[in-house]
Parts: sequence; C-alpha cells; structure tokens
Amino acid sequence: MTDTPVRPEARPQPTSGSRQALSEIAAEIPDTTPRRRVGARVRGLLKHLGLIAFGLVMLYPLLWMLSSSFKPTALIFREPGLVPTEWDFSNYGDGWSALLHPFHHYLINSALVVLGSVLGNLVSCSMAAYAFARLKFRGRNLWFAVMLMSIMLPIHVIIVPQYILFSSLEWINTFLPLIVPKLLATDAFFVFLMVQFFRGIPREFDEAARLDGCGHGRIFVQIMLPLALPALATTAIFTFIWTWNDFFSQLIFLTRPDMYTVPIALRTFVDATSNSSWGPLFAMSIVSLIPVFLVFLFGQKYLVKGIATTGIK
Amino acid sequence: MAVIQEVARTRGTKTERRKGDGKAAAVFLAPWFAGLALITAFPLVASLYLSFTDYSLLAAPNWIGIDNYTRMFTDARFFQALEVTFTYVFVSVPLQLAAALALALVLDKGMRGLALYRSAFYLPSLLGGSVAIAILWRQVFGSDGLINQVLAFFGVQGVGWVSHPDYALGTLMVLNVWTFGAPMVIFLAGLRQIPVMYYEAASIDGAGKVRQFLGITLPLLTPIVFFNLVLQLIGAFQSFTQAYIVSGGTGGPVDSTLFYTLYLYQKGFASYEMGYASAMAWFLLLVVAGMTAVNFLASKFWVFYDD
Repeated sequence: MTDTPVRPEARPQPTSGSRQALSEIAAEIPDTTPRRRVGARVRGLLKHLGLIAFGLVMLYPLLWMLSSSFKPTALIFREPGLVPTEWDFSNYGDGWSALLHPFHHYLINSALVVLGSVLGNLVSCSMAAYAFARLKFRGRNLWFAVMLMSIMLPIHVIIVPQYILFSSLEWINTFLPLIVPKLLATDAFFVFLMVQFFRGIPREFDEAARLDGCGHGRIFVQIMLPLALPALATTAIFTFIWTWNDFFSQLIFLTRPDMYTVPIALRTFVDATSNSSWGPLFAMSIVSLIPVFLVFLFGQKYLVKGIATTGIK
Repeated sequence: MAVIQEVARTRGTKTERRKGDGKAAAVFLAPWFAGLALITAFPLVASLYLSFTDYSLLAAPNWIGIDNYTRMFTDARFFQALEVTFTYVFVSVPLQLAAALALALVLDKGMRGLALYRSAFYLPSLLGGSVAIAILWRQVFGSDGLINQVLAFFGVQGVGWVSHPDYALGTLMVLNVWTFGAPMVIFLAGLRQIPVMYYEAASIDGAGKVRQFLGITLPLLTPIVFFNLVLQLIGAFQSFTQAYIVSGGTGGPVDSTLFYTLYLYQKGFASYEMGYASAMAWFLLLVVAGMTAVNFLASKFWVFYDD
C-alpha cells in the first residue's frame, strides 16, 4: 500500500510539454488533405452527439425526479416526460410538514453534523499529516503504514463495539458519535491526501522559517496551512458530501425523531409512504440533494483534483 | 518521550545534531493516536472478543467459544447474504470499471467540452450513495415506474423490477454502474501520464489504433486499473444504503438484496445479537483483507510499472 500506484504529481511529467511541442510541430505541417479534414470534423461531431445522448440518458432519472417533484403524484406514475402537463407546487409544502418535525429541523441537524465533521477533519487530519510529512520521529514508517491500512478497514467491523462504547457514555441520540471520531482523525483518507500535498511543498519554506526561529506550531499554522489551501478545500468538500450522504452510522446512532438528520428523516418518510405521497417524497429528496449539488458546482476543481490524486470517491 | 530522549543521549553527538522531532510529533499526532486507539483499535479487538460471546447489550457478554462461527456455517441467510454480495461485487464492479475506462478513452483526446462532459458523468458518483437516489431508484424500477412507462411507450409490458426476486439485485447493480464517474476521472488522470511520443513512434511503425491501445495504453494503464479495482471492490463489499432503502430494510424480495452489511445490521441492531454480528464483522474483515491480498499478489502478473 505504500507504493500507491496513483501519484500523478510525484512522477516526472514529460507529457504536457511533449504534447504541446508535438501539436506545434503538427501546426507547421500544412494539412493538404481537405477530405480527411472534413471526415475528422464529421467524426468529431458524431462523437459529441453520442456523448450528449449518453449524458442525457445518464442524467435523465435526476432531471425526471426534479420535474416530477412539481407534478401531482398520480402523474409521476403515468408521465415519463420532463415537462409537467400539470404543475403542482404543493408537494414542497406538503413534504416539508409531512413528518413529525418540519423538514428544516432535519436540515439543521444534518448541517450541525456536517459542520462539526468538516472542522474536525480539517484540524485533526492536517495535524497528523504535518507530522507524517515533515517530522522525524521513531516508528514513522510503521505508523504511516498503520494509517494507510486503517483507510481500508470497513466501518462495519468496528461499529458494534463503537455502539457499546458510545451508549455507555450515553452519547446515543447526540451528534457526538458522528463528530468526535472526526476530531480524532479517523478519516485517514484525508491524512493521506494531505501528506501527499505537504510533501509537494518545497522544504525551503519551512527551513527558512526555522532559521528565523519558528517552532513547528508556527510553521504549521503560518506556512504549511496557507500553502495547503487546495488540499484543505478538497478535504472540506469531500467531508461535506460524505457526511451529508452518510446513512449507516446516522441510522445507528440517531434513533430519536428530534435528532434525525436528513437521510434518516427521508428513510422514515419512504417507509410511511403509500403510493399517494410520492410527490412530496420526491420534493424532499430534491431538497436533500441541493446542498451536495451546490458543493459540486462550486467545488468541482478540488473534487476532480482530489480523486485524481488519491482515488477517493 | 523520556525513552526517546534517553536513546538520543546515549547515541551521542551524531544524533544530537539531527535531533528527532519526537516531542512535536507527539503533539501533532495526539488526536490521531487517540482516535486510532479508542475509535479503531479498541473496537477492533473488542469485536474479536465479542465474536466469541453471546451478547445482547442487556446482560454481560457470555463466553460461548466458536459457536457464533459454527452457527454462521449453518445459517442459510448468511450464505444467501454472501451470495448476494459476491454476485453484486463481481458483476457490477467490472462493468462499472469497463464503463469508466471506455468513457475515459473517448474523452481523453483533449476534446472540446471535456470539463463539461467530465462533470456530467461524475455527478452521479457524488449523489449515488444518498438516500434520495435510492428512493428515486425505488420509483424508477417500480411496477409503475419510469422504466416501465418508457417500455409501455414501446408497447412492452415490464415487471416490477425492485419487487421481483430475479431482478431486484440487478437494479442495484445498475445503480453501481451508474456511478462510474469517480473511477473515470482517475482513468483520465492516468491517461494524461502516458507520453504522446509512444503513440507517435507506434504509428510511424504502422501500428493501428487497436494495436496502439493493446500495446501502449492498456499496459501503461494497468496500475490505474489495479488501483481502481482494489478501491471499488472494497467499496462495493460495504454497500448498504441502496439495498436498505430499496428493500425497506428487509433485504427482500425473498432476501434477493440481502447485502452482507444489511444482514449484519439486522443481526446487530434489530435483533441485538451483537456477538453474532461481531463474528460476521470479523468474517467480513477477513474476506476483504484476503481479497485485497490476493489482488496485490495477482497484480505482479498483470500490472505493468513503466519505471
């Protein structure tokens, strides 16, 4: 596992340079075959059409759910089209008040869990990463290997004793079982991600600071963290999305309706739903997807970079 | 800490010059160490202990030796859960990776609108694990769902896919394949690493597109394929949310979507057989670890490292 196969930034990169050079050379050679050029154009166009069609098929269910959330429930089961023949905006109001608490209650709960998790991961994972990337200490390689292995440990293996531990602390039906582990850097993915990033920061920066008399605390806070903003952003974004979508641990640790987060509330909703209230159910499902979608929209750059470097989902 | 200083002192000047950062490391790693001990290692050991006991949260654990493990091998639902999970993992992951690779190859050639396509194909991976999408799936593949509405348009009468034991697992596989965007982005990053001059040289030698793919792209991409394979296999083994929502927590119809983790949840947190659930958890750990080990060993025979 130490030899992780994907570390694009760690490899020599002849690619971009040579690719550019080749295209420059290619540009100097006059293309004397207009027929082939037309052929390539047509093929390119067909490729785009194919990709657009494929993309539409892939995203169709999502778009259809969005449009269905504005249809009367009966139409959801009859109308595969995207434009509602009959608009019904009451789904959102009905869904908002369909459960024991108004839906914003669950949104706030989810937001609290997410906020705690993001802050926890940012602080604890960056600290651990600094130690692994920059400090010399005994057993560093061993602990690093342990950290990498803990990435692969399925949560299901430890969930039973965790439940017993947290219930003996009377933490069930609080957000602590969801947030405290993040404060303790148990999301080792992000430790790894930041170690990779810190290693890419030239050592000259911290050595200069050390000559000026900075300790590790100041080097970490004033030099490494500002330089590592992209990695911190990636961590924050992924923690946000994973925690917002997380179902398994929230299902186990939150059993009282006033502590429900959005996924658990939706589960209760779907269990109670007969065929008559799919409209409101769809509406609240859309509401639950909006935060993730917004994060995706504004954080794309970091998302793509993040998965490309560490392969996380 | 005292030990480290002691050792440093006895080693004399050489170590003193490049003094370790033991103290600082202890501070920076303190949260991580605490988490490793309390949230990971202790529960790991505790679940091993519990797996040899009968425990229901109400009374103290009662040591019963390997009974939980022998019980697993006479438990028909346990085998059903294994079969469902293995089928799901070994059918949907290869399909998902094939889709990811195919789309990455199509998108690779620095085409226009790459970023837009990449985002569109990537979006489902971010949403796919959510309860909302599982709810959508339940409707789309229901008897009056979107799929059957479209089929009816072509005059085909569809079945209730999620309520039919032969097809319910298939709908979850489709969902997993639908989230091919994440491995696709990793493939795209890998393709960028392949020097263009290899292709230039090959085409000068008269190699066609297919030979270039088989002779250059595929071998140089095997480390990425391997990486994606390990990650997606481990992830797929742990799927839970979709099966829970689509089946209403039962793993039905007729246990056809009874994922291993879902059965573990039912045992541990619905009927509070925590000893049995712990034994199942350790079995899962051994399966995942074993599979990953086999993967790494087998990789020597098919993964090609350029450097």
